[in-house]
Amino acid sequence: MSLKDKLEELKASGLVDIQKADDQRQLNEIRVKLLGKKGPLTEVLRGMKDLSAEERPQVGEFANKIKSELTEAIDTQLQTLDQKSLQRRLAHESVDVTLPGRQNKVGTPHILNQVIDDLEDLFIGLGYEVIDGPEVETDHYNFEMMNIPKDHPARDMQDTFYITDELLMRTHTSPNQARSLEQHDFSKGPLKMISPGRVFRRDNDDATHSHQFNQIEGLVIDHHVTMADLKGTLEVVARHVFGAERELRLRPSYFPFTEPSIEVDISCFACGGKGCSVCKHTGWIEVLGAGMVHPNVLRSAGVDPVEFGGFAFGLGPDRFAMLKYGVNDIREFYQNDLRFLHQFQREVK
Amino acid sequence: MKISYQWLNQMVDLHGIDPQKLADQVSVTGIEVASVIAPDAGLKKIVIGHILSTKPHPDSDHLTLCQVDLGDSEPVQIVCGAPNVAEDQYVIVALPGSRIAGNVKIKRGKMRGEASEGMICALQEIGFSESVVPKEFANGIYVFPQPEPVGAAVFPYLGMDDRLIDFDITPNRADTLGMHGAAYEVGAMLHEKPRFPEVNLHATGLPTERLIDVQVTEPELVPQYLMKVVSNVTIKPSPLWLQIRLWNNGIRPINNVVDVTNFVLLEYGQPLHAFDYDKIASKKILVRQAHQNEPFTTLDEQEWQLRPTDLVITDGQKPLALAGVMGGLDSEITPSTTNVLLESAVFNGTAIRKTAQWTNLHSEASTRFEKGINQDDVAHALDRAVQLLCDLAEGTASEGVAVGNQVLPAEPQVLLDPARVNHVLGTEISAAAMRAILTDLQFDYQDQGAKILVTIPRRRWDISIEADLIEEIARLYGYDKLPSTLPTGVQTRGAYNQRQQLIRTAKRNLLAQGLDEVISYSLLTAPQATAFAAQAPEPIKLAWPMTQDHAYLRENLVSGLILDLQYNLAHKQNDVQIFEQGNVFIPQDAERQPREVPMIAALWSGAATDASWLQKERPVDFYDAKGVVENLLAVLGVAEQVHYETETDLTDLHPGRTARIMLGTEKLGFVGEVHPSWQHEMGLPATYVMQLDLSVILAAELPALVAQPAAKYPAVDRDLALILDQHVTNAAVVTLIQANAGKYLHNVQIFDVFAGDKIGHHKRSLAYRLHFQDPNATLTDEEINRAMTKVTTALVEQLQAQVR
Ligand SMILES: [Zn+2]
Repeated sequence: MSLKDKLEELKASGLVDIQKADDQRQLNEIRVKLLGKKGPLTEVLRGMKDLSAEERPQVGEFANKIKSELTEAIDTQLQTLDQKSLQRRLAHESVDVTLPGRQNKVGTPHILNQVIDDLEDLFIGLGYEVIDGPEVETDHYNFEMMNIPKDHPARDMQDTFYITDELLMRTHTSPNQARSLEQHDFSKGPLKMISPGRVFRRDNDDATHSHQFNQIEGLVIDHHVTMADLKGTLEVVARHVFGAERELRLRPSYFPFTEPSIEVDISCFACGGKGCSVCKHTGWIEVLGAGMVHPNVLRSAGVDPVEFGGFAFGLGPDRFAMLKYGVNDIREFYQNDLRFLHQFQREVK
Repeated sequence: MKISYQWLNQMVDLHGIDPQKLADQVSVTGIEVASVIAPDAGLKKIVIGHILSTKPHPDSDHLTLCQVDLGDSEPVQIVCGAPNVAEDQYVIVALPGSRIAGNVKIKRGKMRGEASEGMICALQEIGFSESVVPKEFANGIYVFPQPEPVGAAVFPYLGMDDRLIDFDITPNRADTLGMHGAAYEVGAMLHEKPRFPEVNLHATGLPTERLIDVQVTEPELVPQYLMKVVSNVTIKPSPLWLQIRLWNNGIRPINNVVDVTNFVLLEYGQPLHAFDYDKIASKKILVRQAHQNEPFTTLDEQEWQLRPTDLVITDGQKPLALAGVMGGLDSEITPSTTNVLLESAVFNGTAIRKTAQWTNLHSEASTRFEKGINQDDVAHALDRAVQLLCDLAEGTASEGVAVGNQVLPAEPQVLLDPARVNHVLGTEISAAAMRAILTDLQFDYQDQGAKILVTIPRRRWDISIEADLIEEIARLYGYDKLPSTLPTGVQTRGAYNQRQQLIRTAKRNLLAQGLDEVISYSLLTAPQATAFAAQAPEPIKLAWPMTQDHAYLRENLVSGLILDLQYNLAHKQNDVQIFEQGNVFIPQDAERQPREVPMIAALWSGAATDASWLQKERPVDFYDAKGVVENLLAVLGVAEQVHYETETDLTDLHPGRTARIMLGTEKLGFVGEVHPSWQHEMGLPATYVMQLDLSVILAAELPALVAQPAAKYPAVDRDLALILDQHVTNAAVVTLIQANAGKYLHNVQIFDVFAGDKIGHHKRSLAYRLHFQDPNATLTDEEINRAMTKVTTALVEQLQAQVR
């Protein structure tokens, strides 16, 4: 058998062993066995000294070729085995991605406060201050300053929780009109404010009445503020809350503290104005009351009604939320059943 | 008031405009319309029939067989069970296939073997309310007073084809509580001048003043009081046209005299009262305030003990009527009345309201006196009623009027500046257009330079200043024509103030920590209002609460949270972690407003972590609650200034599981477990609560936030395990460590707490990790060892700690 044949045979049997190896350790053994100092290839190369001078380079070259082929085969097999073991590990480590994750609880803001916050953001963007006022008011601010003297028929409209003859639970956020008018320094610019808060009426609680609910008062007073400005402002509000396609309808109404006074309807967001059960088949939904501030209100707060004027409005977050989210019973807001509250976890806008 | 379209059309030319359209237009320009009522809605095939003959049903003792002419060639047989059915009556017949009230369908049928081709109807059966059906037809079929065309649809003959526009007035527009006022309103809208029936009174009787002596003792409260006598009246039912006007407005026809007063009330909005003249023996009327406890029986047979604030009409001695509210039993009109004393007056609205309220007698009359009366029409309405009584009751009118008082208010003159109108409205309405609107309103006016001087008629007592007129111009010009603009002028900055920002930050933090926000009631019971406080002041009480559950102003927020918890537990929601932000009310002296303090409170009950495939359920404990508080106070920037002490003053809380939270020397709030006996009593599971007074945080001085670079040198941790007497608190240990560990101590963390037999009775083991950091250099072992030695020495000497 020639040396060359021996090398061929060595290569053939080596390749078979490499293919058979199924882990890294075996491959290392094969590497040592075939290519190591005591391995057959080294032995063959050692036998080259017996060859003639012209044969020696040829066989040498051939032997090196075999050596590199075997080395490459071992490396390839090594990579294949690595891949396989990685695949096994990945398969072993895989989880059921459809199982639920570990969640930290996140609280849900009360829907009424979401509505109020949203409106506050809107008005702050329009340059309004946010004013707080006392929930226990004086008869003076709640009524007298709002052009509702004692025995005024409008006092029937708002059944009041009195504490003493002079103290009461505020029936509206309007007294904050008078309070801010008194405090505002008109030399520093116009008064633009909203005042959100709890109000109270002497009502029996039922699906549509609550002895406690919320209001947001709005007031803008300057040298020249018009009813057209009121209409434009309310359009912004209505479209922000109820959708960009809403149309506004103003109707005459009566509040002692505004003149002219209006009720504001929006085109029905449920049917677009065609008529449905939400709008009682009228196409319109009443959403708020507003008007131009009555000269008496300005005068009693020490503001000259000839020099200054403007508008006021009152929004009902409870009513807004009931309309917008189809809440049919106002008591749900104050019972705080978690199943009710959690519905509003989705950021509502 | 329900405005009859047909009646209105007699006063204003409505040009055949659809009633619903008219209603929509009225809503937008003047008065809100609640609804447009069609009395014949849902009814069909109901006609007039003439009963030609009757005979008893052979098999029944209460049914009658009627041969009824329906205008066809042959009469039909209808079986009728009404007691008042009789020959020659003109009646309401529901034909086979008809629909009557309640969507009931009438079929051809047999009743005890006899064929019945339909049904003879009572008014109730075709949709009339029980309260308006004339008494004589209350328990039987309706019978027309005179022959009517047989076979014709019945609706026009009963006023059911009319459309009733329900004016839902605001308190200032009581001028439309009469047809005349409504006609002025609709006329202004349609640019039509209203026209009213003329009153031509031929008085042929004795002078009124000889028949009755009228005096008013309180002219301030009774600005007008007029009387007239109609003698020799024949009491009988009113003609059908008049009855229709009444029942379409919810008023039951009684007899011609009573009906005329009600008719004129609807027509003019002026309440009238009719007395039986012959029952007033004194022939004297004295209007005065009632005596304390003066007895009086109203015509509904209720007995009253009157109050001095009530106005009464007396015969000089005893009351005959409660002025403006209700007449008396003794002087009411009866079928035997022959002479009628009619009153037309104006009573003070406040006085009438007081009487109507305490007696709870609210009538068409009292409502109108409360809201106001057209003072121009008091005398006209009286004449109109007298004329109608002469016409319909064949009476004789007395001559002239007996006047108790007659003081008319001045007609206000208002100067209207067209430039001002446009300044306020943001419009460019011409002065000519404004004059046209004033003309439509039938107001007198004259130009004064560029301005217009307007005389306001007394029928519009809601108008007295320019702003009122601006509203008239605006609404009739049309709010839909107003431009839409935004306020111009100096820019303003919108922002939250410090308090509002603090509240928002606190709420956001608690939401992020997993608590749901609630809104509870501010009004509670007294025990709820004063719970969770040490020596709570007497809570503020409502003078007239609606229910005992909501009678006192809360002084804490926790009671509300517990109510919310109970509601949820009752609905099987057991894992409750909620918070509320709101005001509590701390009384000052009785005459002053209370101090309203912004608070934030939270409640935990049930599971802290839910059972899932990942973890076991764990119930909430004290440290869940405290952790939330600590996290919140860190975000609010006061954690460094806050410390916790054992709280035993709050008797509603567990004395061993409650911490008082102090901010410096100020009480900030508490966190702890609801007292076990309380929980037991209320049927609550283990429940933890906290409450913080945000005003204390607002008042706190916060150091300015100055950034430090992140440390570049390595930090060193050292652990320290101690065995201590069990009463030694963590706070005491930490304070001592901080005092002795030197300036490089960055923080101290407790990482183990253990008590058990191994370390002996009344002992516990605490393990701390001390974190050292020098921002400017690498710390040496020597430096740290020195610090640790100082710490351990102090712990051993001062707290008798064993260092493990
Ligand atoms: Zn709709």
